[in-house]
Amino acid sequence: MKGKRNLTFKQFLCKESIAGVVFCSPFIIGFLMFMIVPMGISLYYSFCDYNILTPAVFSGAKNYIKMFTDDEVFWQTIGVTFYFAFVSVPLRLIFALIVAMILLKTTKATGFYRAAYYLPSIIGGSVAVAVLWKRMWATDGVINTLLSAIGIETSFAWLGNTNTAIWVLIVLAVWQFGSSMLIFLSALKQIPVSLYEAATVDGANKWHQFWKVTLPLLTPNIFFNLVMQMINGFLAFTQCFIITQGKPLNSTLFYTVYMYQQSFEFYNTGYGAALAWIMLVIIGLITLLLFATKKFWVYEGGF
Amino acid sequence: MGMTTKRTIGKIVYHVLVCGLGLVMIYPLVWMIMSSFKPTQTIFTTANQLIPSQFVFENYANGWKGFAKISFAVFFKNSLFISIIATIGTLISSALVAFGFSRCKFWGKKILFVAMLLSMMLPAQVLMIPQYLWYQKLGWVGSYKPLIIPYFFAIQGFFVYQITNFIDGIPRELDEAAKIDGCSYYSIFFRIILPLTTPALITSTIFSFMWRWDDFLSALLYINESAKYPVSLALKLFCDPGSSSDYGAMFAMATISIMPAVIMFICLQKYLVEGISTSGLKG
Repeated sequence: MKGKRNLTFKQFLCKESIAGVVFCSPFIIGFLMFMIVPMGISLYYSFCDYNILTPAVFSGAKNYIKMFTDDEVFWQTIGVTFYFAFVSVPLRLIFALIVAMILLKTTKATGFYRAAYYLPSIIGGSVAVAVLWKRMWATDGVINTLLSAIGIETSFAWLGNTNTAIWVLIVLAVWQFGSSMLIFLSALKQIPVSLYEAATVDGANKWHQFWKVTLPLLTPNIFFNLVMQMINGFLAFTQCFIITQGKPLNSTLFYTVYMYQQSFEFYNTGYGAALAWIMLVIIGLITLLLFATKKFWVYEGGF
Repeated sequence: MGMTTKRTIGKIVYHVLVCGLGLVMIYPLVWMIMSSFKPTQTIFTTANQLIPSQFVFENYANGWKGFAKISFAVFFKNSLFISIIATIGTLISSALVAFGFSRCKFWGKKILFVAMLLSMMLPAQVLMIPQYLWYQKLGWVGSYKPLIIPYFFAIQGFFVYQITNFIDGIPRELDEAAKIDGCSYYSIFFRIILPLTTPALITSTIFSFMWRWDDFLSALLYINESAKYPVSLALKLFCDPGSSSDYGAMFAMATISIMPAVIMFICLQKYLVEGISTSGLKG
């Protein structure tokens, strides 16, 4: 140990710069061991013919070339995943905002309402809900039964139709708007009443107030939600895996489920690793794009 | 019409609307719970009828038997074990790292912080295959190690970020006073900061436990022996066509599996809402 003074080991550990590293060491080790190393290994395998059972053989960019030129399912899953994310995330945010506006008015029952709207988000990701959802939309499920009860006699196979199957998953995603709602609710509460009073004095009605005061002030929260939910939307797995398995005719085959199938059902592990890397690139690009649009619509001034 | 009558009518309309929409929101769950008390062959013939005409409990008895001679008690025990140990690991490691980020200056801190933010954006699904390949090399596949050990290394940036923010809010004068009294960084952490961080730790406990409990993907990848299944995976296989068409038992077990989350939600709603509102990354 070189130092200006001779430090004992204990004194050395107590120096601020060393203590910081010691405290952060779990993350340093974890980040290297469970993120960097696996990513590195998979980058190598993505350039290999590899199927877990036999040793990897370096094959250059073959996996990537195959993906872009010779794999129709790949393009189909990209389409399905984009459709799902770009429809379900905006819908979810709109619902969240509307309900947050409604619940802003405090009454005795507000706590109860907030709980009812938030509960689906808490358990929505669980296998239990996925299983339930699958049964709800079956031909003899509760949806068709309720439709019959209001006079629309039907035994429509929601999950068997290429147009509606994806919507079963979208509705499930939108149903879980609770956490976005809570974020909006706490942001709405921070908007000073004086702004609304000033707007009223200037002759703005409720409708104008919403578009000119509320919405602009919420844009930072909307942006934050949009980025995080988009990423999660792109990575939806469990729901698709349990409810549709990509059926019918791959019309609900999410990218992540395809990645899983390639790696663990068809044992094309090298190809699966390449798919994971492309996924990462896509997510990165979307995030960058969203950040690039930020200056055009996100309000960053104070109140 | 007087102002008060008008206001009362407005109020009633408001509550009817909000209540109605709220019912639509929780209807699927209520339907599932109610169905679990119906005789199994009548669930779909009486799907439009929410309240069972007679409450039966045989679904719970049938479901609890599980499959392949393994009772659901085993799966619950497995899930509890994984969720509790992984949560303890998350709390310890995240609190340590958060203190380092919040209170110490050291070389490379900025890069490390960016790495932490990146790890937050890098979700499990992207890492699914890379980590599988790596854990296979380590010989961890088939054991609980991939489901537990990584959590002792603060790999969930969400919690580190949450707790860092919380510690940032604790006045530094407390540290300074302790330093003058001769406390090292380590005793400052354990004696002063850690006790004050309790609210953030409670929020983290709830989220971590619920996410580990719901975790399906890693169990699917790494656990291949039915006696080791957590509830999420067992439920999926229980519901696969062929293994069971006993929907009553299926709904009964699904209902039990969401109970820990529902109970936590009801008892600790305040902390949950705070956690989501202040940082709210996932939910």
